[in-house]
This record gives sequence, C-alpha cells and structure tokens, in this order.
Amino acid sequence: MNLRALFALVRKDLLHEYRSREIVIAMLVFAFLVMVIFNFALELNKTIRETVAVGVLWVTFVFAATLGLNRVFAAESDQTSLDGLLLAPIDRTIIFAAKFISTLIFVVLVQLIIVPLFSMFYSINLFDPLFLLTLFLGTVGYVIVGTLIAALALKSRSREILLPILLLPVSIPLMLAVVKAGKNILEGAEWALVRPGFSFVVAFDVIFIAVAIMTFDYLLED
Amino acid sequence: MKAPKSLTYLTYAAIIGFLVTLYMMFFYAPREVLMGEVQRIFYQHVAFGWWFSVAFAVTLLAGIMYLITRDLKWDRWAVAGAEVGIIFTLLNIASGSIWGKPAWNTWWTWDPRLTTATITLLLYIAYLMLRQSIESPTTRARFAAVYGIVSFISVPLTIFAIRIWRTIHPVVIGSGDPTAEGSFNMTQPMLITMLAHMALFGLIFAALLWHRYQLETEAAEVADLKTQLLLQS
Amino acid sequence: MLIETKSLAKFYGLNPVLRGIDLQIPAGQAVGLLGSNGAGKTTLLRLLSTLTAPTAGSVTIAGYDLTSQAHAIRPLLGVVSHKPLLYDTFNAVENLKFYADLYNVTNYADRIGDLLEQVGLTAYAAQPIRTYSRGMQQRLAVARALLHAPQILLLDEPFTGLDQQAAQLLEEILLDAKQHGITILLSTHQLERAQRLIDRVVLLKKGKVDRDVSITDLDSLTAYFNAAVSA
Repeated sequence: MNLRALFALVRKDLLHEYRSREIVIAMLVFAFLVMVIFNFALELNKTIRETVAVGVLWVTFVFAATLGLNRVFAAESDQTSLDGLLLAPIDRTIIFAAKFISTLIFVVLVQLIIVPLFSMFYSINLFDPLFLLTLFLGTVGYVIVGTLIAALALKSRSREILLPILLLPVSIPLMLAVVKAGKNILEGAEWALVRPGFSFVVAFDVIFIAVAIMTFDYLLED
Repeated sequence: MKAPKSLTYLTYAAIIGFLVTLYMMFFYAPREVLMGEVQRIFYQHVAFGWWFSVAFAVTLLAGIMYLITRDLKWDRWAVAGAEVGIIFTLLNIASGSIWGKPAWNTWWTWDPRLTTATITLLLYIAYLMLRQSIESPTTRARFAAVYGIVSFISVPLTIFAIRIWRTIHPVVIGSGDPTAEGSFNMTQPMLITMLAHMALFGLIFAALLWHRYQLETEAAEVADLKTQLLLQS
Repeated sequence: MLIETKSLAKFYGLNPVLRGIDLQIPAGQAVGLLGSNGAGKTTLLRLLSTLTAPTAGSVTIAGYDLTSQAHAIRPLLGVVSHKPLLYDTFNAVENLKFYADLYNVTNYADRIGDLLEQVGLTAYAAQPIRTYSRGMQQRLAVARALLHAPQILLLDEPFTGLDQQAAQLLEEILLDAKQHGITILLSTHQLERAQRLIDRVVLLKKGKVDRDVSITDLDSLTAYFNAAVSA
C-alpha cells in the first residue's frame, strides 16, 4: 500500500474543496432543503415525526451524498480528465481508496451539521452513540457503493442522470437495514432487536469493500 | 450466417413444451377449491420466478468470464441473460399480481418477494441503461460486467434486508407457516404440473437466451465486416 | 530499441484511428509526429502513454509489454497532453509536490526549485495556476512531466497556442532535455517550430505511417508535408 500517494490524493481533494467550495456547501444546502420539504410534504406532526424521522434523515443524506458523488470524479475529469492520476505509477485501488476517503469526509462534514439541525427541527434526540455509529457505518456503505458506481458512470453519456439510477437500487437493502436498526435504537429497543439490522450494515460494508477492491481496476482502463 | 441446427431443434422443443404446459395448466391440474380458476396462473408464476434467477446468474457468470478472458462472446451471453431475465421478471410480477388479487384481495402488496422482484427488475433495467450509454464495445462489456456483479450481489442482500419485515407471501414448498394467507395444499397433480412447468419453461428460457445471443453474434459479425472493409479502404 | 510498435491498431467503435503502425525508436532520438487533424497523432501518443489500450498489435517500451506491464512503463514516461493536467486552485509548488508524491520522488524540494528555475516560473511559484497564461501553464506542464526524471517524453502539440517567445522558451527546455539523453516523441503540425529539436519525422496519414525520414531530408519533406496538409 502506497501511503504517500494515498495521503497526497486525499490531501489534494480536501485542499481543492477547501479552496473551490464546490461540493460540501452544495450538499449542505441541498440536505437542508430536503429536510424542510419533507416536513411539508408529509405534513409532519409530533407523532408522525417520531415514526418517520430516521427514514427522512437517511433519505436526506442519500440525496445529498448522490449530489456529492456526481462531483467526485467530475471535478477530476474537468481539469485533468483523470489522466494525471492514471499516468502515475500507482495502483488503481489507491485512486479508489482516496476518492472513497475524501467523499466520506465530505459527507460526514455535512452530517455533523445536519444531524444537530435535524434534532432541533424534528424535535427528536439523535445523540445516541449507537445510533450515530449505525449512521456512520451506513454512510460508509453508501459511499463505497457510490464511489464504485460514480466511476462506472464516468465514461457514459449523461453521467449525472445515470448515477442515481444505478446507485439507488443497489443501496435499497442498506437503507432498509439502517432505518430499521436506527428506529429500534431510538425507541430504546434491546440489542437483540437492533442486532440484525446493525450486523447487516456491517456485512454490507465488508462485502462492497471487497467487491470494489476486486473490480475497480477494470473501471479505469480505457 | 445461419443459426445452428441445434438452436432450431431447441426452438421447436420449446414451442411444444409451452403447449404441453398450457394443457397441463388448464386441463390436467385440478381446480383449486378456495381461489378457483385464477390459481392456475400460479404454475407459470413459479416457473418465471425460478428461471429469471437463472437468467441473471447467466449475466453474472458471463460478465466474470468476460473480465477473465476479454472475449466479447461472453458479453453477448451477459446481455442475453439480462434481457430474458427482465422479461421473465416482468411476467413473474404480472402473474403474481393476477394471482394476488383473489389470494390476498389486492393487486399489490409490499410483501418481501414482490418487493425483491421489483428491485431486481430496477437493477437490471439500470444494467441495460448503463450498457446503452457507453459507446465503445469493450468499455461497455467491462463496465456492464462490473455492474452485473454488483446487481447480482444486491438481490440476496435485498432478500435478507426485507426479512426484517413480516411476510404474507405463501411459502409453497417445505414446512412453511401454515397460517400464511393465500397458501394452499398441493395435491399430487398440482405438484406434477408445477414441476413440469419448471422444467419445460427451462426449454423456453434456453431457446430465448440462445436466440438473443445469436442475434448479438450476428450483429457483431456485421460490425466486424464493416471494420475490415474500412481497414482495406 | 527503446520504443517498438508492431502492427498497432486502434478503433473507436467502427472508426479506425490507427491502422497498423510499425515504429522503432532508439534511445536518445527526438521524433516529430506530423500529420493533419484526425491522422491519429493524439491516439498514438495516448496509446504509448498507457492511457488507452490498443485494439490490435503490440507495443514494447524498454522491453516491457505495454498492456500487461504498464506499471513498469509508467515511471519511465513524462507526458504533456492537450490539458496541462494541473489543478487550477493550486500554485506551481503545490501541483509539483502533489505529483512528486504520486511518483514517489525523494528530495522533491530541491528538484521542484530547480525545475521552476529552468522553466522560468520561480517568480510565479506561489500563484494559483488559474492566473497563469497558456504559455506558463504549458511550461509548468513540462516541469511536471520532467519531475520524476523520465527516460521518455511524450508531448502532444506542445507548441499550439503559444506566442513566439513562449514557444522559444519551450524549445530551449526540450533541447536541454534531449541533451540529457531523454527520448522525445512530439506531435505537431508546425514542422518549422520543431526542426531544431527533432532528428526524424514520422508523417501519419489516415492512421498509417505515410513517411518516415530523417531530418536531413528536410527540404523535400517540407514541400511534401505542406502539400499533404493542404490537400
């Protein structure tokens, strides 16, 4: 594992984002909008809010993350068509790992702001360590699949349209498990009830990390 | 180029097989007591359900074979599998819906298997859309193979994830929950009819798959001839 | 032979871009790749730089097979393409430092200083790239390509879009690289600009090698080339 290249790639993405502010602000504003829209679309009163909160929160992140995923490789391909990275004598897996880590950092940054806001607007306490851990593991899974599929959509016409169509059906099982486990946790259910969903999320992460490592090389050839 | 002889025989066999299943479905199998005539569609429903899984497995394996061998013929099997699979999934969902009306008194429920079939359908429609949006045949084959792997893994994951929700889908074979709504006791002729459907629909599946592959192969040959012509010019 | 291609062909779908290229380039030679638009120059350079795979035929570079041993070839190559492959929010030093990390260049601080000096960008080193002119970006792109001391430089239309002065400066840099024994393959449609630099001209026409001559034969070649391009 070429750590020097990995750090350089992640540092480059973060610094570029810090200076251009292309992705994180857009994701944040979008997430906030989705949150507000759901409130009216579902005509949320206090009881309904409690039952749907976790689902709404997760859908908010899924939409916002998809917006960001559309840009992870796009930012690269506008400026360098990825060629700069592909010419370098580094494993393609490192490029994938770096893109995964930077995107995860962007999404987690958005979550750090949205989760407290969500707690406030939906008057529901989300600050349960186990809940936050489940949310994080779910995010990891979504970003892994998302990064892989963003690379898949990269070479296609109409990339922006294709990404959610390819990504959402694959992430439905993850969504089901995260929402189910998250809801159980917030309702104070015992571990036995939480465990199936939680373990599923962990398994999903592991499976798709393996799939990504095995297949990513094939996506960067020309 | 002419289709191989064995494909022609297979096609006739599939047609005869289909007529046999129609006969068995309408005349051999007895009328189910509670649900009436409409229950007969169950045999097709089960057969489609079984063979669409096989179709998508063909897409998965052909994709993997393409990544290993880089031979485009595997990509042609992959696309054949996906297209036949989508048709079978659609028919499976439609026949299930028709059967569901008398059994559950509703055309649609978000029952686990219906949901899984629907998500599977979405996955493979996305697969075809991905294929359509990439120009280069080799890039298309490679990317489709990767998405074929991702899709196929998603199906069991979806089934697992949905297990958390309660099922109302009848478990027909094995020691299922006897209280599940819409289940019924299979008599001997019913079982034979079902097994015949499973087997004979395999012929229909194989014939369709092979025809689709044949069509792709011929299209590839035409493209190849055009290329050679261009090279000589 | 440092670079050797055998019946190299590349198709985009049904469109043949290269149709059987046989080239042998010894170490230290500077080759100009000429041809009108669509003759296949860029595609040939992309193939040699491992960015795209051939449809048929083979390439060996320094004894390594291009398709199966690309990882061994990549450190030997310095590539200047149409795009500068630089990040526009970064300054010159940050860009070069980033590539130094990717190529695992040790002692990069000195190396970056020397290169910026050589391409005459020391004074602008702290400015973000988006404030650079086309000529400055191109010089930095050459510095990036030379950073890891490659054996081979592949340049796609390096003189395009540069004014007289910038082109001259670039020529000096490339002459210096040649002096240091670096093999150069550059595509251009302005033969005059490159003639001090190159020893040999390969003329591509519709994806095939039309002429392959040493530069001593220049006069007849110029006439031929002008005729070929204007035709």
